Amino acid sequence: MLKIEAIIQPSKLDAVKDALLEVGIEGMTILEARGHGRQKGHTEFYRGREYTVDLLPKVKIEMVVLDEMKEKAVNAIGSAARTGRIGDGKIFVSRVEEAIRIRNDERGETAL
Amino acid sequence: MFGVRFRFSLLSLLLLPSSLLSAQTSPPAQTAVTQADVKSLQDAIHSAQMNADNAWMLVSAALVLLMTGPGLALFYGGLVRRKNILGTMMQSFAMMGLVTILWAIVGYSLAFAHGTSFIGGFEHVFLRGVSLAPNTDYAATIPEQTYMVYQLMFAIITPALITGAFAERMKFSAMAVFLSLWSLIVYSPMAHMVWGVGGLLNANGGRIPSLDFAGGTVVHVTSGISALVTAIYLGKRIGYPQTNMPPHSMVLSFIGACLLWVGWFGFNAGSALGSGPLATSAFVNTHFAAATAALGWTIAEWIHNGKPTALGAISGAVAGLVAITPASGFVQPFPALLIGLAAGVFCSFMVFKVKSWFGYDDSLDAFGVHGAGGTLGALLTGFFATRLINPAFGPGAATGAVDGHWGQILNQVAGVAIAWALSAAGTLVLLFLVDKTIGLRVSAEDESTGLDLSQHGEEGYDLNS
Repeated sequence: MLKIEAIIQPSKLDAVKDALLEVGIEGMTILEARGHGRQKGHTEFYRGREYTVDLLPKVKIEMVVLDEMKEKAVNAIGSAARTGRIGDGKIFVSRVEEAIRIRNDERGETAL
Repeated sequence: MFGVRFRFSLLSLLLLPSSLLSAQTSPPAQTAVTQADVKSLQDAIHSAQMNADNAWMLVSAALVLLMTGPGLALFYGGLVRRKNILGTMMQSFAMMGLVTILWAIVGYSLAFAHGTSFIGGFEHVFLRGVSLAPNTDYAATIPEQTYMVYQLMFAIITPALITGAFAERMKFSAMAVFLSLWSLIVYSPMAHMVWGVGGLLNANGGRIPSLDFAGGTVVHVTSGISALVTAIYLGKRIGYPQTNMPPHSMVLSFIGACLLWVGWFGFNAGSALGSGPLATSAFVNTHFAAATAALGWTIAEWIHNGKPTALGAISGAVAGLVAITPASGFVQPFPALLIGLAAGVFCSFMVFKVKSWFGYDDSLDAFGVHGAGGTLGALLTGFFATRLINPAFGPGAATGAVDGHWGQILNQVAGVAIAWALSAAGTLVLLFLVDKTIGLRVSAEDESTGLDLSQHGEEGYDLNS
């Protein structure tokens, strides 16, 4: 089992969600997040004063998938979220030790 | 009930003597118009005019309260950080309560009763003698209570304007005492000097007749200068100017500014104290100046920063409304457009440049907009005021420089100078007294927690409920 975490532009959330459903990924968790990578924020002006806003609104999508789904999921997210401009976000993949369905205590891959 | 009355009148019609009936149907003879008839006709006309003027003045009073009530509270509330929104809105709201009570007890009397040339006396303490009959010293066609409550709305908004300068860092208790006393020590005397009977600056018979139609000096210069003094006395907010302190909700500020614009029709056009053509003139000028000032600020900002911001547009509109306030019932529409444009550019310069040159933390630019805009407007009134709109100095007499009366500009300078001096001195004394007794500023910890929690024990936005 792998955990895929993708940090994307908020405006790309619907496209990414649809792409994931299309390749057969059914469960995901969405978090509203703020952060920056190399993009380093933007500037705003209020009554002539310049403010640097370095933490920008982002959306973080988390899901746990079977190992063989990794490439499909990563490709789906990447192609749906890409604009080609700085600030598109990142995807992280990590190994998951255990999954438990709270309702009936199912364990392992069947719990996904 | 209706049926009974109807049948009764039908009966009385049948019983009318035939001679009276014939008198009503045939044309009345010349001699039939008696002194009494003329008197009753005059009374009817007077009563109709009173009702018309009173209707407009009551609406105007409500519009001026709308400027503080939601208007200023939302405008300022949106400009602070989210942890201070309730604290900021409460400062305006507190004035709606406190100043009202003080006005009834003594404030109105100090402003509008007979007194010296600097301050009114105690004739109207506890509203004694303030009845439903007109006070011919001020407005012959509305009940004095209407005049009193209309003027009260000005007394409410003026100290509320100052709160923008010390936003996010003054104790609620200190604010309440400071601004309550301010309304008696600074506002009432200034209102008396400019508008009160026998006042020093009164355009109608004062020693230095200065023109202030709706409160450019009385409201905006006094609040703006007091704002500057308070911002300097109190010091900067913790972290200013290194830390970002952007407005937390431009949407609230936007709604607030638009309410201010609408409410200002009551402020300026209502200052005609009647519903006649002068009210129309003030209404048109008010609207025109707001439009060009929004344009002026926006263009200045576009050149300065590369983008026309929403905050710039609404700040500009407010600056224009401030500047046209003293001029609104004295100038023609095109000068009003110019006054607005000048205010938009000048006030944006004060806020963008002058504030950072000197480094004071006038948090929401109460001085940059009201002090600067009010001063500019008061001076330009002396230039553009014309007898064609308002023969303020008597029929045919020149009013402003455009009529050839250049000396009026000096009178305006004197009016502004007195407003500056009284506001600065009165504010300094009050700040000192309140600081030594109650203490003005919240603790550093309370300041970082925010006024909402530290002063009021509640939060503007509870996103978990």
